[in-house]
Order: sequence, then C-alpha cells, then structure tokens
Amino acid sequence: MARKVSQNRKALVTVAAWAVGIAIFFPILWTVILSFKSEGDAIKTPFEVLSANWTLESYSTVQERSNYLRHFWNSVVLSVGSTLLGLLIAVPAAWAMAFVPGKRTKDVLMWMLSTKMLPPVGVLVPLYLIFRDFGLLDTRIGLVIVLTLINLPIIVWMLYTYFREIPGEILEAARMDGATLRAEILYVLTPMAVPGIASTLLLNIILAWNEAFWTLNLTAAKAAPLTAFIASYSSPEGLFYAKLSAASTMAIAPILIMGWFSQKQLVRGLTFGAVK
Amino acid sequence: MGRITLDKVRKAFGEVEVIPPLDLTIDDGEFVVFVGPSGCGKSTLLRLIAGLEDITSGQIRIDREDATDVPPAKRGLAMVFQSYALYPHMSVRKNIAFPLKMAGMDPTEIDKRVNEAASVLNLAQYLDRRPGQLSGGQRQRVAIGRAIVREPKAFLFDEPLSNLDAALRVNMRLEISELHQTLKTTMIYVTHDQVEAMTMADKIVVLHAGRIEQVGSPLELYRTPRNRFVAGFIGSPKMNFVEGAEAAKYDAHSIGIRPEHVDMSRESGVWQGRVGVSEHLGSDTFSHVHVDGIGTINVRTSGEVDVRHGDTVWLTPTAANIHRFDKEGLAIR
Repeated sequence: MARKVSQNRKALVTVAAWAVGIAIFFPILWTVILSFKSEGDAIKTPFEVLSANWTLESYSTVQERSNYLRHFWNSVVLSVGSTLLGLLIAVPAAWAMAFVPGKRTKDVLMWMLSTKMLPPVGVLVPLYLIFRDFGLLDTRIGLVIVLTLINLPIIVWMLYTYFREIPGEILEAARMDGATLRAEILYVLTPMAVPGIASTLLLNIILAWNEAFWTLNLTAAKAAPLTAFIASYSSPEGLFYAKLSAASTMAIAPILIMGWFSQKQLVRGLTFGAVK
Repeated sequence: MGRITLDKVRKAFGEVEVIPPLDLTIDDGEFVVFVGPSGCGKSTLLRLIAGLEDITSGQIRIDREDATDVPPAKRGLAMVFQSYALYPHMSVRKNIAFPLKMAGMDPTEIDKRVNEAASVLNLAQYLDRRPGQLSGGQRQRVAIGRAIVREPKAFLFDEPLSNLDAALRVNMRLEISELHQTLKTTMIYVTHDQVEAMTMADKIVVLHAGRIEQVGSPLELYRTPRNRFVAGFIGSPKMNFVEGAEAAKYDAHSIGIRPEHVDMSRESGVWQGRVGVSEHLGSDTFSHVHVDGIGTINVRTSGEVDVRHGDTVWLTPTAANIHRFDKEGLAIR
C-alpha cells in the first residue's frame, strides 16, 4: 500500500539522516583535517585549527620515522590471508550445515557465535604463551591463524544464511548428473553463492584490517600491520595529534576506498539474514 | 538395460516408518508410474531408488548389481525434478552439457549430443539463454534434455508436470510418452494425478501410507481393483460406494459402482432419487443424485442430458460392473 508522505516529514527525515551521518563521519573528517595541520596548530581550539595553515609536514615526518609500506603490506597479508583461509574452511562447513543438517547443527552454530561473546583479553595469556612456545610471536602466519579463528564464526554464519537460500534440489540435481562432492561445491554451489561469498569476503577483510587487540599484542616489528603503525604515534601525553592523525588517515584510506567501491555488496553483507 | 529391483526396502526417519518393507520389480524399458495421495511415500520411494536418501534396510539392485550403497552420481540414473532444478548461473547449453562434462566426455562429442537433444526438444534457438529467461514449459524441456543426453539406465520423474498450467500439462504428457516410445528406456514417474498415471503408464504402482496397494496395468487396476482404496483412487470421477442393507443384497460389506456404470432413467430402475448438482461438460453430464438410504450417487451420462436440480430419476447399476468388498475393504471375487 502506498503511503502519502508529507513534504515536511520527508525534509525532517532527510535532515535527521544527514545529522546522524555527519555525527558518525565527523571524527574521521576531523582526523583528516588535523593530519594536514602542523603539530602546534593541531592542539588549538577548533576554530583556530580550521583557520590555521594547511601543511603536509606530518605526512613527511611519518614517512621518515616509520616504514608505512611494510605495515601496509602486513595488513594486506593478514586481512586477505585470514579471510581466504577462513573461506576455505567455512565454505564446506556452511555447506554441511545448510544442506545436511544434523540434530545439533543449530547448537553448533550458536556455540560458534558464542565464542564471539568472550572478552578476547580473557585468553590473552594462554594464547601469548602458546605463541611464544611455538615461535609464532611477531609472525604473519601466527596472526593469520588467529584472525582466521576469530572471524570464522562470522564467515560460517554469513555463508550459512546465503547457502540456505539456495534450493537443495539443485544440488541434488548435480549429484544425479554425476557430480562428485568437489564438483558440486565448485561448479554449482559456489557460482550460485558468488554474491554472498563476495560480501562475506569484503566484510571480513575490513574486520581483519581493523582488528587491533591481537595484532597489537602479538606483534612487535616484523609482522606489525597498520594498527600497530597508528598505535606507535599515540603517546600518553597526547603531544603528537597531527602525526597520529596523519598515520590514522594513511591507515584507513585503503580500506575506505575499497569500501567505497564495494558499497552494494557490503550493505548486503551487513544486513545478512535480515531480508530474504 | 535398466531393470530395477527393490528387495524388502524399508525407510524410517527416526522412529517414523515411512516405507514398511516393500518388494517391487521394474522391468527394462517399462514406464512405471507411482501414484498415491500426498504423503503416501511415492516421492520418498523415488528418492531411495535415486540414492538421494539412504534406505534403512533392504536392497536395491540395478541390472542385477547391488546399488544399495552406490552414491546417486554412480547409479547411472537421470532425474527430472518438480522444480526443474536447473543451474541458474549456466546457459541452457551448459545445463544440458553438465552431466556429460561430469562424465569427462570429449568437448566435441558433448557439443554433438547437446545439439541433438536440443533439436529433439525444440530448444535449439534457446541454447544461449539462461533458465531465468525461459517459460515453464521450456524449463521443463531443458530438464528433460539434461536427463536424456547421458543415455541413463532409467529416468526418474518426480511430479514433473505439476508446476505447469493445464493445457501445457496435457502437451508435455504426450511428449514424455512419445519420448518413451522413441528411447525405450525404463522410466519411473511419480504423480498424485491418476489421469497422468492412467494415460502414461505401462504399469501403475498404487501407494498408500508407504505400502503398495496394488501393481498392475491401468486397465487391470480399473477393472479389478484389489481393495476399496485402489477402487476409489483409480478412475475419474471417483467410484460410488454403498454400504449397509443395499450392499448386503450382494453378499458384501460394501459395493462400489463407477459413475459410468450406472444407468439413469425417468421411468423405472432400482434406486429412486432426486437430482442435485449436474455438471454439463458437453461430451458428458455428471449428475449427483441423492438416493434415500444410500447416499449420493454420481452418474455419468454420455452427451447432453436435460436433467435439472430437484428432478426425480431412477438409477440402475449394471450388475456386471459392481465391485464387492468385505469388511476389511478387500475385493470379493
């Protein structure tokens, strides 16, 4: 049924939406603005900050002091690596749960999700000790494993909801047509689930890119991604606002650009299960 | 070859037994129809033969070889699903070619076979379309094409026509029968529609609550139903059943008489009744006549008959066509 929406109401909603959008975006905008000011101007009052001279000083200092590219590359390896490894495990897992569910499938799914309710710091010490004993501290491979395990419940859940929308008869048809399990997943299920897999992939790259707790605690220099790069500019005295902002801007820019280009898939990813 | 033998096949889902132990032989080249009301286990039985469900106990043999634990991909059977189950991301050509590709066939041979199938099924001009761009009837043809290219030992059809409109259904019914005449391959066809069963089958298997009620040719089932269930299920419109004193006259617990075996007259007859609703189809007239002490009897009269609601008429069942049943519903011969 079409509802008549009055012009006033429409205007009000528009204004409110913009207000919320700006409120969410403002900290990022402010960070970007501060990154183009000198260290001295950055700690002044907001009006003075805006009228102060624009400069690339912070960016050049950050470039001199630390190796941005190395951190960037670590971030790429960790986020893409953990997501791909996660998908490799999650596609068969979600296939099994969606198409050959057992009595306990729902419980397993809930149990997987429940691990996300645990405060990560609770397992910091044991995990740190395991990493130390296996020589995984400050290695990319160690972090890829941790990030995979952390995001696996979300990957499995997302894929599970997408797979559930695929009619089981089509997979049975593939079986009748002589497809092996591998062929069934490779040629029939995966191509049909491409939109779902794409949004799962994107969302998990972003989650892994932004993950700070484990990446900060389990790395020192070699495997440190961009989160550690940002953290190295934060000091208790808060004297390096401009440099911190420049580092943050450089860290979030790649993922922001990627997000911008893949908005459509992301929206579907973020609202997964909500709309059929 | 495509001879399928079920030996004491039983299926239970947990505690619920959907198919009690059952024996059935389907001969090579036969067109067998499983028919029964919804929930009678006919689709489950087909899925057991296909291998899509595991049997709880018993044995399935295909061409004398034990196929009980053979996965569906290796049984050499092809299936057409009610929903067609086409691969939506592949063109018609790739859909039909899929089983051949899975069999590792040479691409030029695949092309040849796909084109052959497409011309048999009038799909040649649609080969590059996606299933989403086809009508229901065309999708059904693609599903059949996908089944015939690999030359299976037997075809399994799971209510393939129920998603089509009535006119198309009649057409496809003829096409499938025609296809069977050409290929002479074993076909097992599941339907709840007894008209489909009667018109297509060499052999009908009537199922009820997982049990086989009767196996026979369409006319055998029509002429000599083994029990009341088969008598009521086969034939359209349904057989009339009469119980009590009237049946006792024939030494039976109940008697059954088909609408086409009752004569209607305005002057005289065995039962006197009042006409209720009359259905005038032009070729036939079906009159629902209320007879005191017996109930409503449906009568088929050839051609157009001038009967109106409330008219008094006389009915006479033709004695040779009265079916007699005992207390358990079994036919008395």
